[in-house]
Amino acid sequence: MSAAEITAAPTGRGGRMARAQIVNAALALGLIGFGLGAWATGETFLVTLATKVAILAIAGAGLNLVLGFGGLVSFGHAAYFGLGGYTAGILAHHALNYTPMFEWPVLFEGTTSMPVIWLVAMAVGALAAAVIGALSLRTTGVYFIMITLAFGQMIFYFAISWPAYGGEDGLPIYVRNGFPGLNTLDPIQFFVLVVALLLAVLGLIAMLARSRFGLALQAARQNRQRLMAVGIRPGGVLLVAFVISGAITALAGALYADLNRFVSPSMLSWHLSGELLVFLILGGTGRLFAPLAGAGLYIALEHLLGGVSDHWQFFFGLLLLGVVLFARGGVIGFLAGGRKHG
Amino acid sequence: MADPILDIRGLSKSFGALKATDDVSLDLRPGEIHALIGPNGAGKSTLIKQISGEIAQDAGEIRLDGRSLSGVDAAGRARLGMARSFQVSSVASEFTVLQNVVLAVQGASGATFRFFRPVMRDAALIDPARDCIAQAGLTGREDVPAAALAHGERRKLEIAMALALRPRLFLLDEPMAGMGTEGARVLGDLLDGLRHRAPILLVEHDMDAVFRLSDRVSVLVYGRVVATGTPDEIRADPEVQRVYLGEEA
Repeated sequence: MSAAEITAAPTGRGGRMARAQIVNAALALGLIGFGLGAWATGETFLVTLATKVAILAIAGAGLNLVLGFGGLVSFGHAAYFGLGGYTAGILAHHALNYTPMFEWPVLFEGTTSMPVIWLVAMAVGALAAAVIGALSLRTTGVYFIMITLAFGQMIFYFAISWPAYGGEDGLPIYVRNGFPGLNTLDPIQFFVLVVALLLAVLGLIAMLARSRFGLALQAARQNRQRLMAVGIRPGGVLLVAFVISGAITALAGALYADLNRFVSPSMLSWHLSGELLVFLILGGTGRLFAPLAGAGLYIALEHLLGGVSDHWQFFFGLLLLGVVLFARGGVIGFLAGGRKHG
Repeated sequence: MADPILDIRGLSKSFGALKATDDVSLDLRPGEIHALIGPNGAGKSTLIKQISGEIAQDAGEIRLDGRSLSGVDAAGRARLGMARSFQVSSVASEFTVLQNVVLAVQGASGATFRFFRPVMRDAALIDPARDCIAQAGLTGREDVPAAALAHGERRKLEIAMALALRPRLFLLDEPMAGMGTEGARVLGDLLDGLRHRAPILLVEHDMDAVFRLSDRVSVLVYGRVVATGTPDEIRADPEVQRVYLGEEA
C-alpha cells in the first residue's frame, strides 16, 4: 500500500486502487460471512476459529504499523500481545477471586469489564513499547531485530518464573469478561465484537497512514537521511508509531485471553512474534489488510493441513518459501497487483 | 559588505591521524554562489556534513545568521533553513514527486505529529509544494514516483525539496554529478536563479559550471582552504594551478 495508500486521495490512479479496495472489502466480508455462516449452521467451533483470525489480525495490524509503514522489523511483538493477555487475566483473576489487587492509595479489586480491561491493556502495551522502543530504536537493521527479540524473551522468562499468576502453568479466566449489553460467552456475539474492533483498528491505521504523521513514518522506512534533511527526526516518529503499535497488539492480547479464557507464557513466546511476522509476509507487508489475509490463511491452513498431517508446518514452510521467492507482495499483492513502485 | 549568512571559523575534524578538516574558515554572503572545489579526498563532503550537522566537528564554530549551531542537530539545522542536497540523490523513492515535496513543506512547518487529516488534501502543504515544484521546473511530473524519474529530474526534485524548506542557504553536494552536458546546463541556469532566493555553497567537480556560476571559489586540499577568491583570481593562483587545476590541464 504505502505510497498508493497516501496518494489515494487527490491523485488516485483508478484501476489499481479500486482493485486493492475490492480485495480488502472481499477479505472483510469473507471473514464476517464465514463467521455468520458458521453460526447459522451451528458450527460453533468455526465461529471461534473466525474470532481467533480476527484477533490475530488485530495483533498483526499493530505490527504492520511499524513494519509495513515504518520499516521496523520487530521480532518481539509477542511481548505486547502477552502483556495485553496478562493484563486481562490478572484483572479478571482478582475480580473473580475477590482478592484485592492493591489497597493503597485506593482499594482496587480488579475488573471483569472488557472496556476497562482493553484500556488498561493498551496502556500497559503502550508503556512497554515506549520503554523497549526508546532503547531499541538506538539500533538499526539486524541489531534492532535482535534487541526486540531479547526484550520479548526477558518478559517471557519473567512470566514463567513469577509464581503469583500461575508461572509456567498460566492463568485461567473462569468466566469470559463482560461487555455492556452483550453476552460475551455467546460465540457469535463475541465474534461480532471482535470484528468491530478489527475494523476500527484498520480504520485507525488507514487514517494514520494518510496523515502528516503517516507521511513521515513512511518516509522513515524509505530514507531516514532524507527525513532528517527536511527537518524531521526519524526517531520521534518511529517511537510514536512503536507505542501505538504496542497498544494495538496488547488490545489483541487481551481479546485472545478472553477467547481462550486462559493466559499462559506461550502468548509471550518468540514463536508468536514469528507468527505475526509470517502473517504480514503472507498477506503482503505494508498492505492495510495484510494481517487479516495472512492470519486467515495461516489459521485455515493450520486447521485443514493439521487434520491431514501432524507435520503441517512443513507444507506451510514450502508455501512461505514460495511467497517470499515468487510473490513478494503476498496474497494481496498477488490479487490486487503489485505496488506501483518500491 | 553584508553580514555573512553562514560563517565558519576554525573548523577542524580528524578521523584518527587523518585531518579531514584542518582549521577551515569560510563564509557565505547573501546572493552569492560560493563554490568549494578540491581534488578527491580533499574533505569536501566531510566539511558539508559538519555544516549540515550530520557529523560533529572537533573544534571551531559554525554560525547561521550570527547564531551558533553547536548543539543543533541536522533536523534542527534544516528547520533553520539549511537546505541540503546529497552527492547521491537522496529522496523517498516510493513517494511521488508531490509527496516528497509535501514532506519537505511539512518538515519546515514543524508540525509532523498530526494524526487525523489526510496530508495529501492539506492545502497548507500542497499549494506551497506545487509552487516549489514549478520553480524547480518539474511541473507536470507531480504524480510520478521518484524512483521513475530520470537522473536530472531527481536532482530537480532535490532542489524543489530544498526550496520547500524556506531556505536561508543551500548546501549542494555535487548537483551536476552524473549529468550530461545539456542537463548540467539546465541545472546550472536553475542554480543561477536560486542564488537570489538564498546563497549557495556549492561543491562541484564540473569546472565549467563552477567558473561560470560562482561569485567566489574556495579551494580545499587535504582539509585546508589553500585559496579563496573570484573565479579569475583562482584561475590565476599559481598554488591552485599546481595542486589542483594542473591535474586536469
